Amino acid sequence: MIDWAHFTPWQALLGGVLIGAAAGLFALVNGRIAGISGILGGLFRPVAGDTGWRLAFLLGLVAAPLVYGLVAALPALQVDAGYGSLVAAGLLVGIGTRYGAGCTSGHGVCGMARLSPRSVVATLCFMGTGFATVFVLRHWFNI
Amino acid sequence: MYILSALLAGLVFGFGLIVSGMANPAKVLGFLDLAGRWDPSLALVMAGAVGLGFVAFGLAGRRSRSLLGTAMHLPTTRHIDRRLVLGSLVFGVGWGVAGFCPGPALVALGMGQAKALVFVLAMVAGMGIFHVIEARRSRTG
Repeated sequence: MIDWAHFTPWQALLGGVLIGAAAGLFALVNGRIAGISGILGGLFRPVAGDTGWRLAFLLGLVAAPLVYGLVAALPALQVDAGYGSLVAAGLLVGIGTRYGAGCTSGHGVCGMARLSPRSVVATLCFMGTGFATVFVLRHWFNI
Repeated sequence: MYILSALLAGLVFGFGLIVSGMANPAKVLGFLDLAGRWDPSLALVMAGAVGLGFVAFGLAGRRSRSLLGTAMHLPTTRHIDRRLVLGSLVFGVGWGVAGFCPGPALVALGMGQAKALVFVLAMVAGMGIFHVIEARRSRTG
């Protein structure tokens, strides 16, 4: 059953195009993949000349709402997970994306756009367990 | 210039996450909840991003140098192994628990969300654990 009250097709498409533009230009201009987990994770083994652009990209992401807020009202966020769940989720996402060499941006957007078989497999895997986890938590445990 | 364009790319990427609603974990979970009241928005975000990305990466893939004249660093690995599959499965579980993945969590952090800060710190710790394990493995094995 589709949740028509929350479905926002135009904003979703427009936002997606912005994400695709950012990732596409980053590939053309910088020759790199806009994969957030890889950009962040690469800071753990710093190589001279390889950290500045990583920090700049991450700074851009964190600063995006501050700049956006100057022009338009920021949408409200709703985080239902408690602090314990957030810690567990963060650890799983941190370890999983490093072993899996990518997340929703690196595999889901860039890799899919490149038709990379690795990224298609990775995306099917994390989408699959994402669906399964929400199913179990919401419909078995009513969380 | 290289650093400035990275900053701009991060900024526009962040705008995309805000506009699309994907910085909001409740909306992401609305997509992952297939059996409940399903919000298909995330699928359209992917469609827009992958559609435009397909063209851009097609052009980028044919280049031997970036537009700034630097070396291209696009992945060449094609090997599908256990690490890729298990890692991605684990990532999906964490994604489903809180509705946060790395990009949106950083944007939510910029919105001053305390819960995003907790998630990001745990995520960075998780990445740190990976690097400690990998460094140990490469020393012993």
